[in-house]
Amino acid sequence: MPAGEAAPARTTWREAMRAALREALRGDPRVFLMGEDVGHYGGCYAVSRGLLEEFGPERVRDTPLSESAFVGAGIGAALGGMRPIVEVMTVNFSLLALDQIVNNAATLRHMSGGQLTIPLVIRMATGAGRQLAAQHSHSLEGWYAHVPGLKVLCPATLEDARGMLAPALADPNPVILFEHVGLYNVEGALAPDAGPVDILRAAVRRAGTEVTLVAYGGMVPRALAAADELAAGGIDAEVIDLRVLRPLDSGTLVASVRKTRRAVIVDEGWRSGSLSAELSARLVEEAFYDLDAPIERVCSAEVPIPYARHLEAAAIPQVATIVAAARRAVGRP
Amino acid sequence: MSAADAAMAGDDLARLRAMLRIRRFEERAAELYGAGKIRGFLHLCVGEEAVAVGVMRALAPEDAVVSTYREHGHALARGLPAERIMAEMYGQAEGCCRGRGGSMHLFDVARRFYGGNAIVAGGLPIAVGLALADKLSHRSAVTACIFGDGAVAEGEFHECLNLAALWRLPVLFLCENNLYAMGTALALTESQVDLCAKARSYELPAERVDGMDPALVERAVRGAVAALREGSGPRFLELSTYRFRAHSMFDAELYRERREVEAWKLRDPITTLSALMRQGGALSAEALAGLESEVAAELDAAVAFAEAGTLEPVEDLLRDVYATEATDARG
Repeated sequence: MPAGEAAPARTTWREAMRAALREALRGDPRVFLMGEDVGHYGGCYAVSRGLLEEFGPERVRDTPLSESAFVGAGIGAALGGMRPIVEVMTVNFSLLALDQIVNNAATLRHMSGGQLTIPLVIRMATGAGRQLAAQHSHSLEGWYAHVPGLKVLCPATLEDARGMLAPALADPNPVILFEHVGLYNVEGALAPDAGPVDILRAAVRRAGTEVTLVAYGGMVPRALAAADELAAGGIDAEVIDLRVLRPLDSGTLVASVRKTRRAVIVDEGWRSGSLSAELSARLVEEAFYDLDAPIERVCSAEVPIPYARHLEAAAIPQVATIVAAARRAVGRP
Repeated sequence: MSAADAAMAGDDLARLRAMLRIRRFEERAAELYGAGKIRGFLHLCVGEEAVAVGVMRALAPEDAVVSTYREHGHALARGLPAERIMAEMYGQAEGCCRGRGGSMHLFDVARRFYGGNAIVAGGLPIAVGLALADKLSHRSAVTACIFGDGAVAEGEFHECLNLAALWRLPVLFLCENNLYAMGTALALTESQVDLCAKARSYELPAERVDGMDPALVERAVRGAVAALREGSGPRFLELSTYRFRAHSMFDAELYRERREVEAWKLRDPITTLSALMRQGGALSAEALAGLESEVAAELDAAVAFAEAGTLEPVEDLLRDVYATEATDARG
C-alpha cells in the first residue's frame, strides 16, 4: 500500500511515543536512551517498555538516581558526538538537574563563542491529575521556557507524540520534551506512516470565530472539550495548541486573536509569573487594539498540588472553568 | 650526559618553561586587572602551575579536558594561544570565545578543552558524558576532569564518581587540592578529609600526588592514562598544591596565616625546579634569563594582540545562543 494510504491504526499516546523512540534508536547508532528505570523496569510510565530487550543495555541505559550526573552526562555525550535521549521521571525531579540544564546545556554554546553544539533531548513527565501530590504533579514547563538556549516542546496530539522526537534529535540544540501524564493513556487513530512534524509552529486544532482558547500539552484536550461544550451553547471557539513553548510562535496566536478578538489562555502552571502571563503580555503588545474583551487566564490555583481527588481537581484548569472563562470573554456568562 | 639524562633534562626544561609561562601570564593578568583592562572575576593559579603542566604533558591531543574557573594555566598548558586567552579576558571578538566567556570560561573545541566551568563540580557530569561518548564510539581517548577540593562536597562529585565507576568510563578525576574551598578550609566542611578515601569508596583506584612537582604529576597522570586507555575504568588523583595568591581579586585572605603561605612558597614549583636544574648543571643563569625573555616576548605580543583587538558588534549580541544548523562534527 503506498505511503499515506495505510489505514489509521488504534494506538495510545504512550505507544506513539515509544514508536518514536524505537524509530530513533533504529535509525541512528549515535542515539541512546538513559534515565531512571528506562530499561529493566520499562520506564516509570511504561513508555520505554521492551526497548531494552530490543536494543540492549548499551543503548537503553538504566541510571542511578543521580539526575544531575546523568543529565550532565547527556550534555557531555552530546558534546562528544552522540545523540542522547535523557529521560527524567518527572519535571519535579528535574530540579535536581537544573544546574546542568540551565547552567550548562543552555549556556555552553554561547559561552564558548559558538564552538560547542549540544544535540541533546531531555524527556520528562509533567502535570497533575493522577493524585500524586505536590512532588510529582507540578507543571514547570514555563520555567524552562524562560531560559535562552533551550527549546521546549509540549506534544499534545498522537501525531506530535509520534513526530516530535525525530526533529528534536535532529536539532543541534538542547531540547526539552514534556510528556503530560494525563495524555499517556489517550487512545486514537494514527496513520501507520505518521512521521516527523515541525517543531516551529503552534497549530490551530479547531477553527472558530468568536474566542481563541490557547493551551499546550495536557490542557489541549480540555480546551477542545470546552470548545465542544461552547459550541453546544452557540459559541464558536478556536483552539490553538502552542506545541512549542520556546521559541514561542506568537504569530499564530496573534493571527487567531485578530480574528476572534478574544482570548482565553489555559495554563496548568501557576498564574503568577507563568507562561500564561507571557502569552498575555505578547497579546497586549501585539494585538492590543484587536481585543474586544480583557484576556482571560485559566491557570492552576496558587497551591502545591494536593493529593485528595477533589482538591487536585479544584487546583487545576477544568473544562468547566475554561468554558466559564470563555463565556465571560464573549460577554455571555 | 647520557641520552636518558639528556632527555630528562630536556623534559625538565620544557616543564620549567611551561610553568614559567603560566606564572608570568598570571602576573600579567593581575597587572591588567589593576589597570582595568580585565574585569569580572579573575582567579589566578600562581603556585599551582606544576599541576597544569604535569597533567597536560601526559595527555594526547585526542583526549578531552574539563576544567574549572581557575583554568588559565590548564588552558595555556593545553596549547590555547596566550593571545586568544588574553583577548578573551579583554572581552574582545578575537578572544577564544568571542568575549562571551571571559576569564572563567575558556573553551577550545579543536583542543578538546571543554571549559572553563564556574559552577563547582558542574563540569564532572560533562566529563562523564564525554567519556561515555568516547567509549560508545570505541575511541581510545580519555577525559581529564579537573576540579578543586571544594567540589568533593557537591553531590555531583559523588554521583559522577559512582556513575563513571559503574560504567567503567575513561575519566581521570583530578582533584587540585589547594586546601581551601574559596576561603574555607577542608576540615571545616568535610567529615572525611582524606579525599582518596572518598574516591576508593566508589571503587576508584586513588592516589595522592605532590602537586608541587610537575614531573611527579606527569608520571602519575601518564600511569593513570595508560590504565584508562586499556579500559580499566576511572581513576582518581589528588594533587596537593597551594594557591599563593588570593582566591580572586576580591579576597582579604582572612582565613589563612601568612606563615602558612610563606611555608608553601618555599616549595614554589618554579624556583624549586630551576634551583635543582641549576645545581645539576642543567640550567645556566643565561639560559634562565633567556627563558624569561622568551616568555616576556610572548606575553608582550599577547597583550599587544588584545590591545589591538576589536569589540564584537552589539548587533551580534544574540549570536550563538542557538546553533542554527545541524552538525555531525564532534564538539
